[in-house]
Amino acid sequence: MNHQNTLLSVNNLKVYFRSDDTLARAVDGVSYEIRREETVCLVGESGCGKTVSALSILGLIPQPPGEIAGGSILFNGQELLGLGDEDLQKIRGNQIAMVFQEPLTSLNPVFTIGDQIGEAINIHENIAEAEVNARCIQLLTDVGIPSPAERMSAYPHELSGGQRQRVMIAMALACNPDLVIADEPTTALDVTVQSQILKLLRSIQKERAMSILYITHDLGVVANIADRVYVMYAGVIAEQGSTENIFRQSQHPYTQGLLASLPTRSKRGQRLHSIPGTVPSAAYKPPGCPFHPRCPHAITRCREEYPGMCDYGGGHLARCPVMFKNDQWCK
Amino acid sequence: MLSFIGRSFIQKIITIIFVSVISFLIIHLAPGEPSQVDPLNPKFTPEVVERFRKEFHLDEPLYKQYLFFYQDLFTGKTVSWKDNQSVLKKIWERFLNSLPLFILGTILTWTLSFPVGIRSAIFRGGLYDRSATFFSYLLISIPGFFFAYILIILVVTRFHVPVLGMETFGISDASWPSVAMDRIWHLLIPSVLGATAGIAVLSRYVRSQMLEVEGQDYVRTAKAKGLPPDTVHYKHALRNALIPFVTMFGLILPGLIGGSVIIESIFSWPGIGRMAYEAILARDYPVILTVNFVSAVLVLVGTFISDILYMVVDPRIRI
Repeated sequence: MNHQNTLLSVNNLKVYFRSDDTLARAVDGVSYEIRREETVCLVGESGCGKTVSALSILGLIPQPPGEIAGGSILFNGQELLGLGDEDLQKIRGNQIAMVFQEPLTSLNPVFTIGDQIGEAINIHENIAEAEVNARCIQLLTDVGIPSPAERMSAYPHELSGGQRQRVMIAMALACNPDLVIADEPTTALDVTVQSQILKLLRSIQKERAMSILYITHDLGVVANIADRVYVMYAGVIAEQGSTENIFRQSQHPYTQGLLASLPTRSKRGQRLHSIPGTVPSAAYKPPGCPFHPRCPHAITRCREEYPGMCDYGGGHLARCPVMFKNDQWCK
Repeated sequence: MLSFIGRSFIQKIITIIFVSVISFLIIHLAPGEPSQVDPLNPKFTPEVVERFRKEFHLDEPLYKQYLFFYQDLFTGKTVSWKDNQSVLKKIWERFLNSLPLFILGTILTWTLSFPVGIRSAIFRGGLYDRSATFFSYLLISIPGFFFAYILIILVVTRFHVPVLGMETFGISDASWPSVAMDRIWHLLIPSVLGATAGIAVLSRYVRSQMLEVEGQDYVRTAKAKGLPPDTVHYKHALRNALIPFVTMFGLILPGLIGGSVIIESIFSWPGIGRMAYEAILARDYPVILTVNFVSAVLVLVGTFISDILYMVVDPRIRI
């Protein structure tokens, strides 16, 4: 599994949230890896644990109520779980940076954007104030903010939604990280702005040779940007593979359901497909395969036994033994 | 900005006119009137009462009384019905007496509440937070007058320090260090007492405000940037948590004239709160109405200052 070029590998990560009488298994044994200069998409419905798994990479899960119940996160060969606060601070924003979903609430309303971008540089690199300023202006230019020098003293509320997200991206790029985690960065934006931001992310990734972990529920975005895709369902990986694998040869009934519910030109005028039922809550998951109550192919065994990953070769894996041709229950 | 100030000024003038009318009416609606205060007094013959009523325009219709009163107030001629002293002068003297109490109490409240509240929020659920919560609810629950007597008993019997009044009788003959110490002792207990309830309430408020801000997305962004916890808490979170307190800061201004009736009564402090209270008992309309009017003005000035401060600290409402 460990690839030569692996930048980040998450192995069997378990993140639970404990409240008075329930244990929500938000992330329940998730493994994925990101190689250098690669864009990996983590896809899934709301509440399937994609954001939680990303936040745990940077140690941003509030504990309590959260707890990392097991697994490992290796970044450049270094174990991130259990790392002290000070060591994590050196990695956050410096080697791994994050772009959040809501650019309005994710920027501090009372500081100028110049201040907020420069802050990360000041913390991680020991350079003169004038140089920090010049770097900030360069970053704003890179992310396509018009008249960047004047914009340095603007407050977040003075920018449009798309510009705010560009500022968030500039902030993430400030220290030239190896990995940018983008948590639904375009969800709060309208579609034209969304495609601009995606384009920007793609070009920046090429220029800077960095990796992106892109979290989204939007398969259209995935097709647009991903090299490899992990489909998450109820805290586990349901299917993983190259973008080609997922979109052309999907094997897991959940992935197939998601793809079938995409609007396409050939389905014009028809009712959109939807997967029956709802996502189980992280606190009350059904036994066996978590997807079985909604699965059109479910057999008795699915209700009782937790399915393993079935290998289709070439890095394409799906957690569904029923669909697997070899007629054996994968481990 | 200028148009905001102009508009706000006109609004406040209109408000003050309404306040003056309503407070005047309320006072006159209240049962009793000055000339009836002591009907058993043998010197209060019907003729005297009649003369008294005429003297103070009490026989005129209400709207005329209203005009007479505010005419006197603005020309500075208002006198107390009780002792014929100038009301403004009386208020000013009492105000100067209350001022040290107010200043010390306010400083204690605001300097202690913030560290306590912020620390509680940052270490939420910890031992510090739980003890702070316990003590603030304790202080909120104990009635002020009761707590005052406990303190007085403690201080007087244990430390043999005089606490009632503003100074010990006859102390002015002593050397100046003793006078100063005496003054400080007299000032300290009532101020601390006045501050305790304030600290208990304000620190709770600071805590909840800080907790709310700590849960905001931008605090997570700050952490994700790799900033050390102190920068996250004291720069990104605190700066936002402080915004609502700026409003409150303007509103402590009316406390200048309100004083504290309970504390001033318990400690026999000749302050402005006690004066207003005694004026109400004596139906001394000019004093009551003047105190009322001045505090209304201070409330409006306070809100005006808050509005301006708000614009300074929150870039979103700058105009």
